[in-house]
Amino acid sequence: MTTATVTELAIDPAVRAYVDERLAELRARLPDDRVTLVVFSGDLDRNLAALVIATGAAAMGLEVSVFYTFWGLSALKKRPTLRGKGLKERLFTLMTPRRLNRMPVSQMNFGGMGRVMLQSMMRDKQVASVDELFDMARQLGVKLIACTMSMDVMGIAREELIEGVEVGGVATFLGDAARSRVSLFV
Amino acid sequence: MAEYRTVDARGLKCPMPIVKAKKEIDAIPVGEILKVVATDPGSVLDFQGWIKTSTSYELVNQEEGQDEQGRKTFVHLLRRKA
Repeated sequence: MTTATVTELAIDPAVRAYVDERLAELRARLPDDRVTLVVFSGDLDRNLAALVIATGAAAMGLEVSVFYTFWGLSALKKRPTLRGKGLKERLFTLMTPRRLNRMPVSQMNFGGMGRVMLQSMMRDKQVASVDELFDMARQLGVKLIACTMSMDVMGIAREELIEGVEVGGVATFLGDAARSRVSLFV
Repeated sequence: MAEYRTVDARGLKCPMPIVKAKKEIDAIPVGEILKVVATDPGSVLDFQGWIKTSTSYELVNQEEGQDEQGRKTFVHLLRRKA
């Protein structure tokens, strides 16, 4: 049926209002063009995969949210500090990577040698580095959210993370994930 | 078919060819064509996948070629529809 015939039919305004309302309800339940990722891992290779998906999706015009939790939070660190922390929190600060490109690789890390080798191989093959991909993701408007519960457990303060990161909890993630076409846990 | 602008994505690996193309195509007028020259063989399916999620762009043509350094290239023509 064309639009012309629809308007020609004298539709009862009450029917019209009912149909419009039902349609709006249905639309609200449809997934958006959105991709939601959870980055739990603090491994360089896994973070690389997550960032490739995030930047690729953003380049395809999809809305992208990335939730960083637990070991993944290292990707968002800017200036880790020991000030005001308890003993265990200090240990965590010292034992976790101080930024994204210092993360170990998930296999064959050999005390950091593996990471250096992988990064050099990526350079040789002209694959964008994690830092480049991370910057690209931000330029493309990827939304970054840090999980407050894991920040709290690990003693990571908001000030230790880069600017522009939002903080949220499980409902923030689910609110986005429930309306996403793709959601992944890395 | 004349392109409005050409993006040199030679040597770039996934996901950079589509990331670069996206940035450039949004800067050209609606209706114009962006030419992307890539060397990544994965870019062929990548551009096909890209337009599946978007109503704003159209994949006009894809062809293989060779650049002056003898590298195999994949040339993609994309039109900005909106």
